[in-house]
Amino acid sequence: MASKLTTSNRAGWGFALPGFGLLALFIVVPFFFAFFLSLTNQRLISPNPTEFVGLDNYRDLLSISVLSIPPERDDAGQIIRDDDGEPTYARVRTFTRNNPDFPQYAGMREWFRWHSGDTAKVVVATDVVFWKSLRNTLMFVLVVAPVQGALALGLALLINQRLRGINVFRTIYFMPVVVSIVVVSLLWRFLYADDGLLNNILHALSFGLFEGRDWLGDENTALGAIKAMSIWQAVGFHMVIWLSGLQTISPTLYEVASIEGASKWQAFRYVTWPGLRNTAVLVLIVITMQAFALFAQIDVMTNGGPLDSTTTVVFQAVERGYGKQDISGGSTISVILFLIVLSISLIQRYLTREK
Amino acid sequence: MKLKTTLVAALLGTTGFAGTATAQTELTMWYHGGGNEVESNILNSIVSDFNASQGDWMVSVESFPQGSYNDSVVAAALAGNLPCILDVDGPVMPNWAWAGYMQPLPISDAALDGHLDSTIGRWNGEVYSVGLWEAAVALYARQSTLDALGLRTPTLDAPWTGDEFMAALAAAKASGEYEFALDPGMAWTGEWYPYAFSPFLQSFGGDIVDRSTYQTAEGALNGDAALAFGDWWQSLFTEGYAPGTSQDPADRDTGFIDGKYAFSWNGNWAGVATLDGGVDDVVFLPAPDFGNGSVIGAGSWQFGASGTCPHPDGVAAFVEHALQDQYLAAFSDGIGLIPSTTEAAAMTKNYAAGGALQPFFGLSEAQALVRPVSPGYVVAAKVFEKALADIANGADVADTLDAAVDEINADIERNGGYGH
Repeated sequence: MASKLTTSNRAGWGFALPGFGLLALFIVVPFFFAFFLSLTNQRLISPNPTEFVGLDNYRDLLSISVLSIPPERDDAGQIIRDDDGEPTYARVRTFTRNNPDFPQYAGMREWFRWHSGDTAKVVVATDVVFWKSLRNTLMFVLVVAPVQGALALGLALLINQRLRGINVFRTIYFMPVVVSIVVVSLLWRFLYADDGLLNNILHALSFGLFEGRDWLGDENTALGAIKAMSIWQAVGFHMVIWLSGLQTISPTLYEVASIEGASKWQAFRYVTWPGLRNTAVLVLIVITMQAFALFAQIDVMTNGGPLDSTTTVVFQAVERGYGKQDISGGSTISVILFLIVLSISLIQRYLTREK
Repeated sequence: MKLKTTLVAALLGTTGFAGTATAQTELTMWYHGGGNEVESNILNSIVSDFNASQGDWMVSVESFPQGSYNDSVVAAALAGNLPCILDVDGPVMPNWAWAGYMQPLPISDAALDGHLDSTIGRWNGEVYSVGLWEAAVALYARQSTLDALGLRTPTLDAPWTGDEFMAALAAAKASGEYEFALDPGMAWTGEWYPYAFSPFLQSFGGDIVDRSTYQTAEGALNGDAALAFGDWWQSLFTEGYAPGTSQDPADRDTGFIDGKYAFSWNGNWAGVATLDGGVDDVVFLPAPDFGNGSVIGAGSWQFGASGTCPHPDGVAAFVEHALQDQYLAAFSDGIGLIPSTTEAAAMTKNYAAGGALQPFFGLSEAQALVRPVSPGYVVAAKVFEKALADIANGADVADTLDAAVDEINADIERNGGYGH
């Protein structure tokens, strides 16, 4: 292998040089730069000298712990209950703010809580917004990757037919991909508005039963709305990749299958799907990486709100690095995101390897 | 021989031409109003008047769209490519001055005589920037609404108290004629939140940071006054008085004109459009007084010298030229802004005695309070914006304000106290 790459292959390296050079300059170097900056207190604008702070940024971002709050008791030792019979608890801020008895929780905030018996277990973190953005991003990937991949395959199968006018459909499905994501996001913001198209359609279809809802303004529906819109927007791109995969499968295989009397499903299951193996790996990895990079839709449609229900890791990196002038904090988030995406890609590669 | 003399003559001619051109030192200038033709025309006429009026300096302007202006300046500063004359938003100025992007402006005191104080940008006891105009916010209402609901018309001397204000909202809501009683402008994300809403907090007795030291927000943004403000702010949304953060930007622009909202918290720049939109009986009411006086935000775009500019005296000469009343009046007539002197106000259509927008000049004079004058304001403003959006969306008031305080304090600490 090594000899093949190094000996008498000057032309090959020459051809690769522009690509490798650009990759190194704009991806590899900035990554090492980000890693270095994440160990400092670098600001976007500051006359103060940059100082090396070790792993402080990582600690501020990732510190998380569980706080057990016993129920409040009256003088007789009885648990004080509210009108619904639920025990009452001291507020989290009494533990996390200016309380010398609990220095380990100083400056932390509640993320979520559950109850174990009468004791409240509260998950507190220094940077709750980051944890929420991580959860949102993972939820986004978990839904978008399989649904978008499957829909794209379905569309590819539909348009992989020799029909009159099939190119019109190919164009229509691909159109959202070539429109700028910012424009698409703005349009969908109008669609999702209180008196927008979606509410009107649902209202008409349900004969007036459906009351309009504020899709992007409600923390329960905002992320779902963005997932749906994102799936629609990029599905055409992956459809084309699937289509190219479909067209590499030799027609003779299908002829053999039909001679053998295979049903449509069997032909798909035993001819098409094995033939798409490499394409599937590619589509899966590309969608996963793109989904982790979710940013423009958030920036245009919700700004991470309401109540952090749509904030994402990349949005936080930009918001901190540029909006709040904290380059080191933004770099730290980028490095963590890189490590997450890298490990997930490696796992995907391992699971889909040639056995 | 003849050819030679022509050549020599041509050479002499060109060098002579170049000579006259370099007698004026070039000063580049960046402006935030790219895309606005009226604004550009006024600025260009000021610049060409200035270039023609003296022989030392030659100003050339480049305009940027407002949305990306600050980013462009920061990027240029990092790359070492700043222009000489910088246009800067008032509350951002201390940040740039502290970072060394701007230097003190050697302008004479005489030139600043009679200017609204909030149009003069000071940091560390020195003047860094001066504005040709000011902006102000008022509570837009129709006189007919006030009459129909039987409400007292508040004045500068006797503004509504917090209770009167809430009673007015309740009356507007009970009338059933409006989609919402109040439009605070939640669709305008960004600087609007701290600019328009932090004065309410100040009227309650709180603030974004503690202005006595600028080293902490503890107590200012999460003290009792701030908690009272937060509860009041949340009640606007839980009681259904105001549309939330997902308000349609189009409704923000025309909702009051269309009669969807009884009251609108809006800036003077919307005044002309409201009058043109057919709201003849619009009145511009002062902010309610929640216990510590009526307060509105202050500080608009201003001109200053960049840190790398070798000719601050040239910048000062240009700014002094631009501060003439006729130009202040021209900007005001062109884009509806409040001129920064009384004399200029008298020359304008809208702000002269009896002018349609004259109340705004009084508001600016009487109630304006600049946003915290600190390099850390840029970050604190972002934190404040998020806190207000979260509270409006139902987040716990105390926890949200605590978190905002922690974030602001951590930022101040990481920046070594921002040089106060």
